[in-house]
Amino acid sequence: MSTHSSGETWSVNTPGAVNVSFDGRPLVAVPGQNIGAALVSNGITAWRSTRKNARPRGLFCGIGVCFDCLVTVDGEANQRACLVEVQEGMEIEGSCPDQGGRA
Amino acid sequence: MTPIVSADVAVVGAGPAGLAAAVAAAESGAAVVLVDAGAQPGGQFWRHRPETVVPEQEGKGHHGGRTYLDLRARFDAARGRGRITYLPGLQVWMAQQLHPVQGDDAGFTLRTTPTAAVAALEASVGTQTVVARRLVLCPGGYDRQLPVPGWDLPGVMAAGGIQAFIKANGILPGKRFVIAGTGPFLLPVAANIAEAGGKVLAVLESSSPTAWLPHLRAAAGVPEKALEGAEYAAVFARHRIPYRTRSIVTEVLGTDHVSGVRTARVDADGRVRPGTERAYEDVDVVGFGWGFTPQMELPLSFGVQTRLDADGSLVGVVDERQQSSVPGLFLAGEVTGVGGATLAVLEGLAAGTAAAGGTVLPEKTAARHRRFAEAMHRAHPVPPAWQDWLVPETIVCRCEEVTARQLTDARESLGARDTRTLKSFTRAGMGWCQGRVCGFAAACIGAGSGVAPTAESLSGSAKRPLAAPVGIGELAALETTDN
Ligand SMILES: Cc1cc2nc3c(=O)[nH]c(=O)nc-3n(C[C@H](O)[C@H](O)[C@H](O)COP(=O)(O)OP(=O)(O)OC[C@H]3O[C@@H](n4cnc5c(N)ncnc54)[C@H](O)[C@@H]3O)c2cc1C
Ligand code: FES
Repeated sequence: MSTHSSGETWSVNTPGAVNVSFDGRPLVAVPGQNIGAALVSNGITAWRSTRKNARPRGLFCGIGVCFDCLVTVDGEANQRACLVEVQEGMEIEGSCPDQGGRA
Repeated sequence: MTPIVSADVAVVGAGPAGLAAAVAAAESGAAVVLVDAGAQPGGQFWRHRPETVVPEQEGKGHHGGRTYLDLRARFDAARGRGRITYLPGLQVWMAQQLHPVQGDDAGFTLRTTPTAAVAALEASVGTQTVVARRLVLCPGGYDRQLPVPGWDLPGVMAAGGIQAFIKANGILPGKRFVIAGTGPFLLPVAANIAEAGGKVLAVLESSSPTAWLPHLRAAAGVPEKALEGAEYAAVFARHRIPYRTRSIVTEVLGTDHVSGVRTARVDADGRVRPGTERAYEDVDVVGFGWGFTPQMELPLSFGVQTRLDADGSLVGVVDERQQSSVPGLFLAGEVTGVGGATLAVLEGLAAGTAAAGGTVLPEKTAARHRRFAEAMHRAHPVPPAWQDWLVPETIVCRCEEVTARQLTDARESLGARDTRTLKSFTRAGMGWCQGRVCGFAAACIGAGSGVAPTAESLSGSAKRPLAAPVGIGELAALETTDN
């Protein structure tokens, strides 16, 4: 998983919060956001790595066409993070093999 | 067993074209089923925050908001009267003709699968099979991409993807942006980012403003576009966004995330002019857009007649009623030529009316918009020399991680000149996205530098046995119901 320092401060203006987890770590998302937006606004910009070269991937097309953004949601593998809206208690998992300590 | 919904007219896609088609068909007296992969109506242009969370949205943030509100009110009214059955959150993965070669009486069936197989959401969507006498396909398109070194780094997004992110979520995917590619669409993307509080370091347009000169007449035919242009110019001035023409990103920099870009000025063919290189640092999102690729797999699965449009895209051939070469099958929106939302609505209205058996009057406005779109395509071509920007290691197929070298090797030593042959030798286009992202670039590489890809090659990459990935269960169910 790669994170990026500019993730913390984007303002969100919808009241309420949705609690989800990403790879076991609690995250707060905004109601109505998709998983991709919830991850990116929590500073997580890549959550999958490629089979051959283990390169990081996150959002690319943003509309469900490229499948770069795949995540596991509540045990369902291969869901597109850019299309699925966050729900309270959702358990999201990435598939980066090298997550050690880089959160 | 999968429930079956039947109707006079089935419409696929709830973007500008599909919404208009569904409304027009319903208002002409047909029973309509509208299937859309999205969770709510709008498609790409009218994408908005989830209505469950933000119920009152004024159609802000995009032009044509009034058209949307009008169509939406008519759509909701037709649903209320039971004339439109709306099936959101479902992807059509296979469309078939019920009685092939039966002239006007052809019927169609659509197999669907939930867009997201998430337990929390699945209850509301459930797979359905749709059967209808007439079919209107309005599946839209997606950003066309040209690979450059580093474009597979996280933080690189499709220009339209950034737009979709902002519209759907009301936030930005980063802070400091560079937008590059070609076409007028780069302007609203940059303007939207700036208005949402992001910093646009530069917009790099590979073409030149003088490219417009031969087409001024067509442009003048659509004055509202000039007005839009003036509004973007004002936003650019207010936010001091540099708009650099004849400029491209030659490389995206970063190790596991975008950190910057290298850029250069180019000549009219897109060849880098030595000595013009510069770099932008501290960039966290790069947006690329080289026009749009119409989503052709559903039309192609019926074998509709196709042509190459002025932008080099493969599109469906239609008559003045938007009917394709397959009787009873209508096409509207991007799949008949990329031309913007206003044109998509006009085509959708015509297609819906015709599919319901109504009379379609000739449309002067649509013709003006088509001329404008063609002028736009000619002024913003994919630079013929774009393949020079590649280095051998550049990833072309992001899914299967196929490099430019593998593709040029397959072309040079194995004679692979079209997407199908390239695919079988290199696996380019065989991954999750089935060549949607790399298809155009692979077709260009197969054709060779400076040569535009043929319709056959583009069609080879756009023919997909399944229009969306489906579970084994759905395939198995198909076997048992059809055998
Ligand atoms: C990401 C993106 C953002 C854009 N943003 C803008 C913008 O801000 N301003 C602008 O002027 N133009 C924008 N455009 C261009 C704009 O999309 C078109 O001008 C216009 O929306 C085309 O309308 P349409 O009805 O043909 O297709 P779309 O609006 O693309 O609608 C197609 C619909 O069909 C659905 N669909 C496709 N395939 C299937 C299937 N197999 N099963 C079920 N449903 C399916 C899609 O989910 C979508 O909802 C954007 C394009 C893209 C790709
Ligand atoms: S970002 Fe392309 S499918 Fe989600």
